[in-house]
Amino acid sequence: MSALLRLHRVTCAYGGTPVLVDADLEIGERDFTGIVGPSGSGKTTLLRAMLGTVEPAGGRVERQPGLRVGYVPQVETVNWSFPVTVFEAVLMSRTSGRRLPWPSAAERAEVASVLDRLGIGGLGRRHIRELSGGQQQRVFLARALLRRPQLLLLDEPTSGVDVRTRHEILHLLDDLNGDGLAVVLSTHDLNGIAAHLPQLVCLNTRITGRGTPREVLTPDVLERTYGAPMEVLEHGGMPIVVDAPQLVTDLGARTPRSVTSSRRREATWAG
Amino acid sequence: MGWLTEPLEFAFFRHGLAVATLAGALCGLIGVYVTLRGMSYIGHGLSHAIFGGAAASALVSLNFYLGAGLWGMACALAIGRVTRRRIIGSDAAIGVITTASFAFGIALLGLYGQVRKSIDAAIFGSVLGVTMADVWVVAAVTVAAGLVVLAFYRKLLFTTFDPEVADVSGVNTARMDALLMLLLSVSILATMKVLGVVLIAATLVIPAVVARMLTNSFARMLWLSTLIGALCGFVGMIASYHLDVSSGATIVLVGAALFAVVFAVTGPRGRRRAAGLEDHGPAPVAATAVARD
Repeated sequence: MSALLRLHRVTCAYGGTPVLVDADLEIGERDFTGIVGPSGSGKTTLLRAMLGTVEPAGGRVERQPGLRVGYVPQVETVNWSFPVTVFEAVLMSRTSGRRLPWPSAAERAEVASVLDRLGIGGLGRRHIRELSGGQQQRVFLARALLRRPQLLLLDEPTSGVDVRTRHEILHLLDDLNGDGLAVVLSTHDLNGIAAHLPQLVCLNTRITGRGTPREVLTPDVLERTYGAPMEVLEHGGMPIVVDAPQLVTDLGARTPRSVTSSRRREATWAG
Repeated sequence: MGWLTEPLEFAFFRHGLAVATLAGALCGLIGVYVTLRGMSYIGHGLSHAIFGGAAASALVSLNFYLGAGLWGMACALAIGRVTRRRIIGSDAAIGVITTASFAFGIALLGLYGQVRKSIDAAIFGSVLGVTMADVWVVAAVTVAAGLVVLAFYRKLLFTTFDPEVADVSGVNTARMDALLMLLLSVSILATMKVLGVVLIAATLVIPAVVARMLTNSFARMLWLSTLIGALCGFVGMIASYHLDVSSGATIVLVGAALFAVVFAVTGPRGRRRAAGLEDHGPAPVAATAVARD
């Protein structure tokens, strides 16, 4: 298996503030990797360093010559009011070759085929806002797939979608990976997404762990990554991450005290 | 049909009608990109910026199109460059650069009063001053703009809708931005004589907003806006003759009346679509990276 992309001690900073430090990472053909970490840990920056839209302040990114990368941004960044139908949104990524605005018969067939494969065939004439969360995510996945990528990068592909849609997206990505596409995604969802992926990278500005979910979803790595104690249970052979019982107990014990003291304060003011 | 044929007996009116119709179509076409990028204010700003160039050209007896054109392109590229740095918003960049240029024009007027007469037409628009050469200039710019939009349709759409992903998909978004700013400044320059500095912004915005209320498809919005712009130019010129009101004002008023009708007919659905034009697209790359991660 050859590497599609390698990061060598990559450091990225915005305005002098480092958001990603000394990241070493290799993505091979057919890899399926999740990047997890708290907000502000550098997940999106790591994806952008792979894409090449963020210039590293230090280190280097090596890409296989001619590597085709597809990118699915966070749906929150999309302008849903933009006048664009599903068909137009997907086709816009086909910018090389044909110069004419209207699609050729082959392009129409290709877009229809991608939409069908993702289960949104027949929605081509709909405006992008007239779709469910899962369908919207698939539109941008279709746009990325139309470029026939070897590597697919997705930024929080399951944020804001329900459990069923999350399962559908995960299965879809698994199918694509099974067809030979390398997939890297960032996620906040440790139990719903990360625990189901073959490989994980834990990130908190620096890479704090990497390996299978069983190897990295451990109390030690999670505390290093999230800066808070976490417990890991097992259910059906899968790791399940929960807040540490100690933390829950502390919060439970503190709440009545807080309520009591605030009531006392109210009583004092009333008096 | 006398109301239509009567004004056509005058050569100056035929020239004006041709220029107004073409200018309406041109501004309608470019206006789609301008409004969808949340840069509706730029038409207003650039026309004011070009005023500075027009004043300077008149002062040194340089050809209006050459002098004001170069000036306008420089301002447009400066706005694009400042905006791409994402430190200040496009509205602020437009505000600073174009008002500075307009102030420069005003200062020249104060120092050299004799140039006032030659640039009055540039401020308010005058159909009387339209020559056959102006007709050819506007026609050439309209055809060129149409060809550029056809040739770069997908790249311009991708850059306008999702610049970050367009960039990683191999589109030179900086070049597309520069191309659009160039088209915009050339369009303003070509249409300034008939529409006037003060009213050009409306011809860029109104047809696009009306078209947006009528459709959810980008391709349809593009041709609808072009058609609406041309229609407003044509009807506005005929109305201008019969009402004896300036051409720029009647063209804009026809557009505003059409807006009101479509606004009422399309109801809440159309209003929601038009309201979406206030969205300025995806957040800046660096800002989102820091904010979300």
